[in-house]
Amino acid sequence: MGLEFTTSRAADAIAWARKFSLFSYPFVTACCGMEFMSTAAPKYDIARFGAEFPRFSPRQADLMLIVGTVTEKMGPILSRVYAQMCEPKWVIAFGVCACTGGFYQNYGTMPGCDQVIPVDVYIPGCPPRPEQVLDGLMLLQEKIQKHQSNYQLRVLSDAP
Amino acid sequence: MSQRILDRMKERFPDAVGDTHAQHGNETAFVARERIVEVLAFLRDDPELEMNYPSDLTCVDLLGLGDGLGELQREQQGAPQDDKPRFEVVYHLYSVTKKHRVRIKCRVPEDDPTIASVAHLYPSWNWFEREVWDMYGIRFVGHPDLRRIFLYEQFVGHPLRKDYPKEKRQPLIRREGMV
Repeated sequence: MGLEFTTSRAADAIAWARKFSLFSYPFVTACCGMEFMSTAAPKYDIARFGAEFPRFSPRQADLMLIVGTVTEKMGPILSRVYAQMCEPKWVIAFGVCACTGGFYQNYGTMPGCDQVIPVDVYIPGCPPRPEQVLDGLMLLQEKIQKHQSNYQLRVLSDAP
Repeated sequence: MSQRILDRMKERFPDAVGDTHAQHGNETAFVARERIVEVLAFLRDDPELEMNYPSDLTCVDLLGLGDGLGELQREQQGAPQDDKPRFEVVYHLYSVTKKHRVRIKCRVPEDDPTIASVAHLYPSWNWFEREVWDMYGIRFVGHPDLRRIFLYEQFVGHPLRKDYPKEKRQPLIRREGMV
């Protein structure tokens, strides 16, 4: 006796498909990049979550990973790269610098990349261990499945 | 070994070289700001010194460090105004052939933060001078292209000066609803 049919809302089925095929755009600026590489490499293997394929153009990506410190000078560039991504799109702030500026509380560093673009999941740590990154990715998948991400909230609130 | 470079500099420029200091082969000389170009040209071209490697050019802001008193303390104690120049521009030179190094310092006052550019002597110092201009606001007269090198054109002030507020930010862009 196998499962012969199943029912679902179309939105849920689409969300399920989306959460297991995240195409990431790594916006790597600093040392957290090493931890990102480790996460992507076979030992931790981000491919198990369907997010193994980094795209080197934001136009082909739906998940932006901001990996490392963002400076004020980089702000307009970050905003532009985000605008170039097709919807639906999600953002993960990777490491404490991307989340809050970390220990760089000074003239040059942006206090968190959420000053410029909306962020879905914050992964703290300096740098975060690959396990934390995978945990963050799973949180994002959960948010996508529950229609809770920033992008979806905006679409819902824009609806009449 | 010790003092050899300083002695040679003093011999050649008795009026331009001021205080000197040497310890453990670490030689430092204060040079008059007006004479910096000829002193550095001499260090580079002299066959005995041959300082052919410009290892660093930077600046120190000595705000309130002249007599160890801050502005407020000075006022409370009625101490005289600090008359030491506020900035020191520091040049580090090394000789790859002779294997010796020297540190040259130039005092630069706050009300006239200018010094002659030496980018034509050591081309790599072109960018170092731009960095010092960016961070400390020392104007290098005669520099071919004195623009900010790290920060953006819209930035006001020079952030490594001691009187720049530590956490003052000058954002280029903010999302809606962010301060």
